[in-house]
Amino acid sequence: MTTTVRNRMRPSTASQRLRNLSRPQLPTSAIAGRSLLYAILIVLAMIYIAPFLVQVATSFKTDVEAATNPISLLPQTWSTSAYERLFLNSDFPIWFQNSAIVTVFVTLGRVFFNSLAGYALARLHFRGRNVIFALLIAVMSVPGVVLLIPKFLVINQLGIYDTYVAMIVPLLTDAAGVFIMKNFFESIPASVEEQARIDGAGNFRVFWSIVLPMARPALVTIIILSFQGSWNELSHFIVATQSPELTTLTKGVASLASGQLSQGTQYPLKLAAAAIMTIPVAVMFFIFQKRIMNTTDGAVKE
Amino acid sequence: MPARTPRRSGIRGGEAASGWLFTAPMIILLGMFLVIPVLMALWVSFSDWNGRGSPFSGSVAFVGLDNYSALVGGGGLAEQDFGTALRNNAWYVLLVVPIQTTLSLFLAVLVNRQILRGRGFFRTAFYFPSVTSSVAITVLWLFLFSASGAVNKLLSFIGVNGPNWFNDPSGVLHNIFEALGVETGPAVLTGNSFLGISFWEWLAGPSVAMSAFILMAVFTTSGTFMLLFIAALQNLSGDVVEAAVMDGANGWQRFWQVTLPQLRPTLFTVLTLGLIGAWQVFDQIYTGTQGGPGKTTLTPAYLSYQAAFTNQAWGQGAAIAFILFVIIVVFTLFQRWLLAERAVSARRMRWYLQTPTSGGSK
Repeated sequence: MTTTVRNRMRPSTASQRLRNLSRPQLPTSAIAGRSLLYAILIVLAMIYIAPFLVQVATSFKTDVEAATNPISLLPQTWSTSAYERLFLNSDFPIWFQNSAIVTVFVTLGRVFFNSLAGYALARLHFRGRNVIFALLIAVMSVPGVVLLIPKFLVINQLGIYDTYVAMIVPLLTDAAGVFIMKNFFESIPASVEEQARIDGAGNFRVFWSIVLPMARPALVTIIILSFQGSWNELSHFIVATQSPELTTLTKGVASLASGQLSQGTQYPLKLAAAAIMTIPVAVMFFIFQKRIMNTTDGAVKE
Repeated sequence: MPARTPRRSGIRGGEAASGWLFTAPMIILLGMFLVIPVLMALWVSFSDWNGRGSPFSGSVAFVGLDNYSALVGGGGLAEQDFGTALRNNAWYVLLVVPIQTTLSLFLAVLVNRQILRGRGFFRTAFYFPSVTSSVAITVLWLFLFSASGAVNKLLSFIGVNGPNWFNDPSGVLHNIFEALGVETGPAVLTGNSFLGISFWEWLAGPSVAMSAFILMAVFTTSGTFMLLFIAALQNLSGDVVEAAVMDGANGWQRFWQVTLPQLRPTLFTVLTLGLIGAWQVFDQIYTGTQGGPGKTTLTPAYLSYQAAFTNQAWGQGAAIAFILFVIIVVFTLFQRWLLAERAVSARRMRWYLQTPTSGGSK
């Protein structure tokens, strides 16, 4: 049904397509097929979006209304008490601040260290490079969850347990990010650097002022991945810290979910907290939306 | 990998020093917080360290494979918990991986249509759950699937009395058997056991609580994998499809016999990433259920954490982590093996490509 339409459209150019679309006498079966496609898509999209709408709506309800009417998208009585409680009467601002601090440092660190190492592995010739690269691949295959106990052991042994250092430093580079940068540097022509080298620039200078500015697309990928990764990270902070002053959003909201700070269910409070912690990654997502949707595209092609 | 540029001399001074200097931060960080920790944990998994003092102090004894054997043949609570965790996670993997792969491929095919209006909107809608943190999504899920939550409210509209999701430890398959009149399993299944739980218990299926987590995993990961499939679909050559159209293949045939074989590499990637991810369920359990109800959402990853950090059985916790590591590595190797098979299928694909096009467009 829909396929008959698609067959005809497939080889057409944009203008042809427009003409086809405006042509009034589409067969009824094609119209029915197209309507079915849109119906399926709209229902699916509703299923994907509705939970978040319900979340935001519920965060403005009273506890009672959240329980009696869990599905309405408009609260009968608007209440901002969940947000007041979060910002004025809880550690939530501290959690937010800690998450922000960690995310900023980790993202900056990864942008710098990943591109530095990626550049060396892609462009500099030195003995041991292949060994380092092989080890990098091996390290990439270690699943993160397996590292919970090991990470705690080394953090404890180094005497940095329960500090910002323990929260930030282990995350400052990641094997996958180095891999992405290496692949990117291999894809850009070496001739530009050659010119700078002939002009007498050193390796770091070539990297810093010639290569890095050219690497913007890949750096944006690193920024997106590390921002999202460190903002949403939970397990590392569980094993690296224990004091309330160092609690991040993920850890704090997880403790909210399991019932600290609350009597009763307090869904508006929990959902408000979860909604606020989603905002930064959502903003990030909408800023780089085009890039994200095309990133995987590019990554596969490279 | 692109061809390496030929070695030049003269203008490339001090490359060895720079090379090591540039990679030094990465080597130190990954070595310090990845390689060394794994080695330390390996030692701990062979020791009786209880979390106090250094694991390398003289008071910590080497106990050989004790921690491992307690898990896979001890006959005690440790073995039973480990068996339960493996069972729970195995059902989770068995359901999450095929469902999320099928759904993401389905979504990708739907939104990849060239004449579709609002493609950007639909893609965004399907991808958005993927950017949110597992903690935030779990909190939302706990609300949606609570006894008086939105899901049960929706079910009540169609006359279904929804379960008390996150508090219901009953196995889904057991419930189906029960509905068919089978209350207890045959003695062969109930009488014999593996890893401390009976075969009948292995066949319980995911608990109702775990099913809610399964739905959540599908909800949050299908968008990511959809993007991978869209990228692959866009790289397909239109010629083959056109040729198939000329040969009179209908849409369904074209999907199964032309599009899907060409998507094989991506399909493998998605399946492997899915498998690796699905064996690492931790955040959701930590945030949501802590293994309950009735230990039916216990997973090896969470059990490992709990053993070490709550029960101070560090050796056992580390041992669980390494067994999980082995499970994941086995799955990765299995995927490698399947990828090696691709050499054959690539040849077959070329045959596919040649046969229909021979008299066709080119």
